[in-house]
Amino acid sequence: MLKLALPKGRLQSATAAWLACLGMELGEYNENSRSYRPQVNHPYLQVKVFQERDIPIQLAVGNYDLGICGLEWVEELLSKYPNSPLVKLRELDYGQHHLYAATSEWGPPLDKIRERGVRIVSEYANLAEAWALSQRLPRFQIYPVWGAAEVYPPENADVAIMAATSEEQLKTQGLLPLTHILNAKATLVANKSSMESKNLGRLLAPFNQGPRLQVEETPLSIPPPEPLEVEDDELVRLALPNGHQQGPTAQFLSHIGLEIKGYAEHHPRPTPPGLKIKVIRPQDMPLQVANGHFDLAITGQDWLWDYLCCFPSSPVRDVLTLGFGKVRVVAVVVEDLPVKTGDDIRALIQRGEISHLRVASEYVHIADKYARDNHLAPYKLIPTWGASEAFLPEDADLLIENTQTGATLAQHRLKIVDILLESSACVIVNTNPPSREREAKIDQLVEQMEKAIKSFGAH
Amino acid sequence: MKIPLCRGSKDLLPEEMAKFRRIEAVFRTICLSSGYDEIRTPTLEYLHLFTAAGTLTPNMLNRVYSFLDWDGWSGERVVLRPEGTIPAARLYVDNFQNQGIMKFFYVENTFIFEATGQEDRERWQCGAELLGSNWPEADGELILLALDVLEQLGIGPKEIKLSHAGIVRALLEAAGFKAEEQVKAWDEILDGNLKVLNKIQSQISPLLQLKGTTPAFVDNLKALLTKAAPNTEPDLDHLATIANLLTKRECPYEITVAPDRGFEYYTGVIFSLFVGGQRVGGGGRYDNLIPLIGGGNIPASGFALYMDHLTELLPTEGWSSPFRQRVLLKGSPGVGLQLSFQLASQLRQAGYLAQLDLGYVSPPPHRWLVTVEARDGTAYFRLADALSDQAFQATDSAEVLRILEGSS
Repeated sequence: MLKLALPKGRLQSATAAWLACLGMELGEYNENSRSYRPQVNHPYLQVKVFQERDIPIQLAVGNYDLGICGLEWVEELLSKYPNSPLVKLRELDYGQHHLYAATSEWGPPLDKIRERGVRIVSEYANLAEAWALSQRLPRFQIYPVWGAAEVYPPENADVAIMAATSEEQLKTQGLLPLTHILNAKATLVANKSSMESKNLGRLLAPFNQGPRLQVEETPLSIPPPEPLEVEDDELVRLALPNGHQQGPTAQFLSHIGLEIKGYAEHHPRPTPPGLKIKVIRPQDMPLQVANGHFDLAITGQDWLWDYLCCFPSSPVRDVLTLGFGKVRVVAVVVEDLPVKTGDDIRALIQRGEISHLRVASEYVHIADKYARDNHLAPYKLIPTWGASEAFLPEDADLLIENTQTGATLAQHRLKIVDILLESSACVIVNTNPPSREREAKIDQLVEQMEKAIKSFGAH
Repeated sequence: MKIPLCRGSKDLLPEEMAKFRRIEAVFRTICLSSGYDEIRTPTLEYLHLFTAAGTLTPNMLNRVYSFLDWDGWSGERVVLRPEGTIPAARLYVDNFQNQGIMKFFYVENTFIFEATGQEDRERWQCGAELLGSNWPEADGELILLALDVLEQLGIGPKEIKLSHAGIVRALLEAAGFKAEEQVKAWDEILDGNLKVLNKIQSQISPLLQLKGTTPAFVDNLKALLTKAAPNTEPDLDHLATIANLLTKRECPYEITVAPDRGFEYYTGVIFSLFVGGQRVGGGGRYDNLIPLIGGGNIPASGFALYMDHLTELLPTEGWSSPFRQRVLLKGSPGVGLQLSFQLASQLRQAGYLAQLDLGYVSPPPHRWLVTVEARDGTAYFRLADALSDQAFQATDSAEVLRILEGSS
């Protein structure tokens, strides 16, 4: 059986079209499909769908023979782990974009801030570190983010390591390219040992004979530029979440009289008086608040907890539970595994029925703590970037995942063996506020929110 | 069952540990008796201490063990100490600035990733740093100190390779390399890639192949280079002083224009120590490092001996045990065993290696076997000397000690 890992998201439709041209028809491999295991018209082939950045890791650990993902994610892995057993076989003719180190046109030039420390924001933390070292920066901080790197400079970061279709695209976003790091296309990648010892010919041949063709692509879009406002120390800097939490957050804010126009487009404009708002990923908020880049953020308790498992002494705390966006963080296994509790998993390991427990999760630090606290050793952590339920059973044994109703888990024939946390949206602040005046304003806004929860019962 | 070790790491077993301590002891004694004080820096340092240009080459920087600490939320990375000199320079700046010349030594481990996992990723070194002097004799003192250590350990034959960072850089400049290109070329040379020197054309290039073995070679270089690269004269004088010191010491050396590897922070003399073709240590002058990390205009130089290589080369014979004799004590169950604890303690205070037999299947090597029994409230000690094959008896520990003393 040959195993192929295919990307979700940006490269999905182009990859499907491209494979179709090679005679490989995949049922249920499109942006609307919820299945992670597309049907394939070749009996020798097994296909699974992953987030792009999971693919090089899955190939490196040997779970898959071949995969397609953007070259940038391969380089991100190789940059920190150069010995990863990966073979870059061929660049494909689609999905091209470039990775740049870029700075805001309104920010200070790099030379002026080298000595005080350069703040670098990126989805590609390893490439960011490699870039910082290549620049011989005498001091730097890297803020890894789940996305939206372009909104951070200049106030919250000096340099963003990010993808764009061209320098022109960057410039129209108010960003200036400092370094062109990589020209990245969709790339066919193989596991090294599969290449050396397994006959992949039937899978490789069509790729090799495949016509060079242009497929229709989803263009990379970066939101429009946000002109720099005059820095005003009086303004309270608020971070609002994008993604699933966006709708309920907007609704809740309207209860306290904050109609955030442009929230859906990620560019609140005009902002309500007294506030400076940015829309970023909820996962990234605790780190940003801890570093004083925002005074206040609406995120999930799950993400705050994950963050505090990693950095327990970090100066950020939850001041208000908002009651919406409720999820449970749970430990999950496949339905037919004969366990009912976390203790049963430990017993399985002790009896030698599982040799190295593979724990997959988006909440890497919660998962690590859970495995540690429950003595599930020896275990391996597999960080994921979404679509985690697809990992069980082939590519992981235990999943630490969030769920609202449990319906999706049941649909994937998974069951809950432990509940780690009941999480809701919450307001987080820095425990060391920047000034007394601003602290009063922050408190006032929190108070307003608290009243709104009571009167509207925001659930 | 074999429980796997992390790749690139190793256990030191008793025999290797004994060698390790032997090397450490000789190194410490020589350093202390030369007026060097011992320091120890932490295993974890901030990564930024090592990232500025003029510290580590990019090739080395890409192999450090860096990560986020538990309180690394500010995004600042920490690193497992990749080498000893930069932390020692930081320690000097933090604690001893404006105190004139300081001489330090340390025995520390360093961590560098090595891709195959066949070589050690954790390495131990004996290092010495002389901070605050720009005299060539300071470099000389360090080299001679390293030679003393090797000599006392009985490791040889030794050979030294000498070069000078200032000369290479002046030649690169004279060959028309721009400032940025000079740094890049210098890094490549330090990482062992000498191809870049092929670009240095003209009358200088034949010199790159030569290996001088007397101070006369430095004079020849001076005659040829001072016109092409006039800045090299003081550097060549510096090199000549050291060559003369080594000639007097009758230690063979080899002077080359390009160094045999090294650190980016080297600015002056660079030296490597070889035994049987194996590089067992190296050092050099680093006058710009302390200014770079904000410590003012303090010249310095230092060296490190690689303990892992020295352990392999250390002769197993010829070094004596610090203990007088080995005594094995075997107490009869109950009171006898209790008495043997007391006797062991007294023997150790008197400088003997006293081991209790708590059920050895095969007893460890020993000269004396002392059996301890108690009958009717009286202690009985029977002593057997494996060397002379004689037996003795005693009824108190003072008598036991007298018998042992009398036999030595």
